[in-house]
Amino acid sequence: MATLTYRDALNEALREEMTRDGDVFLMGEEVAEYNGAYKVSRGLLETFGPMRVVDTPIAELGFTGIGVGASMTGLRPIIEMMTWNFALLAIDQIVNAAAKMRYMSGGQFSCPIVFRGPGGAALQLGAQHSQAFESWYAHIPGLKVVMPATPADAKGLLKSAIRDDDPVVFIEGEMLYNLKGEVPEGEHLTPIGVADIKRQGSDATIVCHSKTVAPALKAAKALEEEGIDCEVIDLRTIRPLDSATILASVAKTNRLVIAEEGWGFAGVGAEVADVVQREAFDSLDAPIRRVHQADVPMPYNKYLERLAKTDTTKIAAAVRAVCYRDQD
Amino acid sequence: MGASTQRATQVAPYQQHHADWLRQMLLIRRFEERAGEAYSVGQIGGFCHLYIGQEAVAVGSISALRDDDYVISAYREHGQALARGMTSRSIMAELYGKATGCSGGKGGSMHLFDAERHFMGGHGIVGGQIPLGAGFAFAARYRGTDQVSLCFFGEAAANIGSFHETLNIAGLWKLPVIFVIENNGYGMGTAVNRAAAITDLATRAASYDMPGLTVDGQDVDAVREATDEAVRRARAGEGPTLLDIMTYRYVGHSMSDAPHGTYRTKDEVDEHRHRDPIEVLAARMREAGMLDDDRMAELEADVAAEVADAVQFAEESPEPDPDQLWTDVLAPITGGGN
Amino acid sequence: MPTKVVMEALSPTMEEGRLVEWKKAEGDAVAVGDVLAEVETDKAVMELVARADGILLKQVVAAGDTVPVAEPVGWIGAAGEEIPGGGGPSTSTAPVRAQPAEPGPAAPSDAAPAPATPAAPAAPAAPVRAAGDRIKASPVARRIAGDRGLDLAAISGTGPEGRIIKRDVDAAVAQPAAHTPALAGAPGEAYTDLSLSQMRKAIARRLVQSIGPIPTFYLTAEVDMERAAEARQALLARDPEGRFSFNDIIIRATAAALTSHPFVNAWWLDDRIRQWQDVHIGVAVAIDEGLITPVIRHADRKGLREISAEVRELAGRARTKRLQPEEYTGATFTISNLGMFGIDDFTAIINPPEAGILAVGRIEPKAVVVDGAVTVRQRMRITLSCDHRVIDGATGAQFLQTLVGMLENPLALVW
Repeated sequence: MATLTYRDALNEALREEMTRDGDVFLMGEEVAEYNGAYKVSRGLLETFGPMRVVDTPIAELGFTGIGVGASMTGLRPIIEMMTWNFALLAIDQIVNAAAKMRYMSGGQFSCPIVFRGPGGAALQLGAQHSQAFESWYAHIPGLKVVMPATPADAKGLLKSAIRDDDPVVFIEGEMLYNLKGEVPEGEHLTPIGVADIKRQGSDATIVCHSKTVAPALKAAKALEEEGIDCEVIDLRTIRPLDSATILASVAKTNRLVIAEEGWGFAGVGAEVADVVQREAFDSLDAPIRRVHQADVPMPYNKYLERLAKTDTTKIAAAVRAVCYRDQD
Repeated sequence: MGASTQRATQVAPYQQHHADWLRQMLLIRRFEERAGEAYSVGQIGGFCHLYIGQEAVAVGSISALRDDDYVISAYREHGQALARGMTSRSIMAELYGKATGCSGGKGGSMHLFDAERHFMGGHGIVGGQIPLGAGFAFAARYRGTDQVSLCFFGEAAANIGSFHETLNIAGLWKLPVIFVIENNGYGMGTAVNRAAAITDLATRAASYDMPGLTVDGQDVDAVREATDEAVRRARAGEGPTLLDIMTYRYVGHSMSDAPHGTYRTKDEVDEHRHRDPIEVLAARMREAGMLDDDRMAELEADVAAEVADAVQFAEESPEPDPDQLWTDVLAPITGGGN
Repeated sequence: MPTKVVMEALSPTMEEGRLVEWKKAEGDAVAVGDVLAEVETDKAVMELVARADGILLKQVVAAGDTVPVAEPVGWIGAAGEEIPGGGGPSTSTAPVRAQPAEPGPAAPSDAAPAPATPAAPAAPAAPVRAAGDRIKASPVARRIAGDRGLDLAAISGTGPEGRIIKRDVDAAVAQPAAHTPALAGAPGEAYTDLSLSQMRKAIARRLVQSIGPIPTFYLTAEVDMERAAEARQALLARDPEGRFSFNDIIIRATAAALTSHPFVNAWWLDDRIRQWQDVHIGVAVAIDEGLITPVIRHADRKGLREISAEVRELAGRARTKRLQPEEYTGATFTISNLGMFGIDDFTAIINPPEAGILAVGRIEPKAVVVDGAVTVRQRMRITLSCDHRVIDGATGAQFLQTLVGMLENPLALVW
């Protein structure tokens, strides 16, 4: 096992897949000469040249559509969004074109394309740069939505996403890029659509993904001292949702907390809660609790920002609530 | 460039194609008329945008392509699909939503696709197909082929962001793409001069380092001549071209509105009918001794039979199996992993 | 700092007490020695007195609630003083709901003087369900209760607003005698549940400590079966196909006797006693692998012929292990007969949650004194095993008396 940062794990995945398949190319703002806004694509231009590592003008709609068009001919573009906030300018191409091409052409065209970049908040970036959009894309049939939380999954999932024959929305995290972790050597693929049980437990299930995985694990550790044994499930893929893993866990623990970075309304947690109430109603011992961003645009002030964000304390409090430990 | 509309300067080289083009244009005309009838009795649903009056644009431009080139269009694309050689049966069946339609009944009037003929779809969001068209050109460049991409959109789409973003990138990268503005004068009910600060849209090409031409879209030879040059440039690696092809639709924007009304007069429509693209070509053929009344009648009968056959085929075709609701959302799961 | 009022041990053996009635309302001034509430101990109703001067700030349990000794029932302090941690009981030792309290008016606020209705219970702090209220239970609690045949109405909820949650059901399951047979009693069958008085709880607790999970005592009687034998002969003569056995007659007589002794036709359910209005008699049948007790349902409403046929049919299928679960569960009383093995008398083991079982010995001729003369009579010894938590010596004896009378005078069965 090598210890890599999340950023370098992504870089390795790009490098390996571009080496493996000549149809794979990377396109986006500052991906080539600048080595990537977040240095994910460092060194790729040097290796693969400007036809395969393509700097674009600031024109998200334009270059995203060019990527989708190229994918219709069988190429495998990776479109880098400098952040997912900017992808709103390109969402027509992701939702109206990529996600629907296979269906509205009666199966004649597919779009084997990856849209990737950092999503969610970092620190004090303010309202327009601090948004988690996974539930938007997860709403769309025809898209897959993947969100790795660890360096190993960053590499394994990106490689799987690139090889996938459908459009994949791949949301990373600026706050995750420096995260270090062990990454298996050699060919390492993480399957899309399979959640990961990060911690076994018997009293309550915490479903989380991406940046909420670390605080969920911290909360689980803190709760252990209070005699609450949490199971922590990292979704890894938002769509298709690994319902089976969630349901099996809830059948065991009878209690569920869902933690996500984005807003609550129609969020990922709402979908998970729906699945669980429908498929595991008779397993529930308490109403499902959700932890998510405060229902406001992200404030700039760091204290207000902290109040708005999902964190360990909020997750732990929700777990206590589903365990009926908050009544004293 | 653009100040005056380019008329056909050469006819002779294209004479060999005239009989074929006349039949194609007549087929599009009769097909669309029949589609309109079917729509009016509820056999075709949803939105349905007819091509009547614009036939020379599709036939003239698409005839300039090779089979391995790419064509993409918006939602008024029945004519382009026919010109690209898709069968009237598969298109009519798609309009009827039948399983035998070119998109299996899942696309409809606005989403005709044919992978085999590189017909990359009708697209329903104004301007959405413009970057896709550049994407095919990018793919050709990436693979090192000399394929070109022919990208149709209406003049109203020249005001949308994707037009400017895409033309900028295509100009910057010298992509082998031909941007065809099918300028029928109206974006739905809004005349071009009410929507564009500069109505001579060909001049916009200057911003993106590509030639821009205004073309007489009712003269199939002129359309072909302009497209030939654009295709040559693209294949030669000289980059994209913007063609502003002036045409006119005799019918309403879609089947839901009248041919004329608050935004244009009946007189205006009638005046344009006097320069009908089919008649322009027919007159030229008669002049050259290639067409007479008998031949025309034969042609009409032939086309009428094809359209009738297409309608019968569509009517008799089965509805899609209910299972088809769930297919083609994602790639079929195949064994053996990635 | 307010003073906690706790449930005091008001008798040497008291482990919990039921707060019968508050004598002071929230907001009332109290002085040391004032009677705050009446508490039913395992022995008697006692007074709980104030140990501090001040205002009764809060009643944390409602009248009718049962509270373990040393757990808080209220708070005394200065007006407006804050109660630490809300003043409620800790969840681990939450008061056990005893019986539904009368819904009372809302507790008066600290500021307002309490209404002069000292008996009116305050708003309950512990979950209390009024009769007819929907029982709030989490889905998994409902499922477990359903699987285990537990009655949710008998379980106290410790979740919000008295919601019964998994831990409550798990706790109920953990109590051994609460293993009510899954199919015990078809829904809608009539019975009366009696809540346990403190005295009966004390009896139960003490007797269990002395003798084991089921404090059993035995009552033996000798029955003169002469007339029963005559009756049987007469019936067989009239109905040769009948094949009536003595055991059939005993079942019939027992069923009849049980109808007038509901304490014997009962179950012990830990927190209450269930007296069945119907009589379902289990008949112990020896099979190769041991023992099974097919149940003659509504034996009190069946004739001898019907009982006889049913016993033979069920026993036959029992031996070939063809009984359905509902055919061997749900008995309200059981009879075990070892007479055919030549046993004179024996004591049978109670099949919980039933409160009694009758052990029947063989019928044999014995020399007895009848009307001052020694004569030979058909005699049979029967022994009733009684769960002392349900049946006291006298109650058991009275039942046995009735039963002996019926067997000795079978005509009584006709009435």
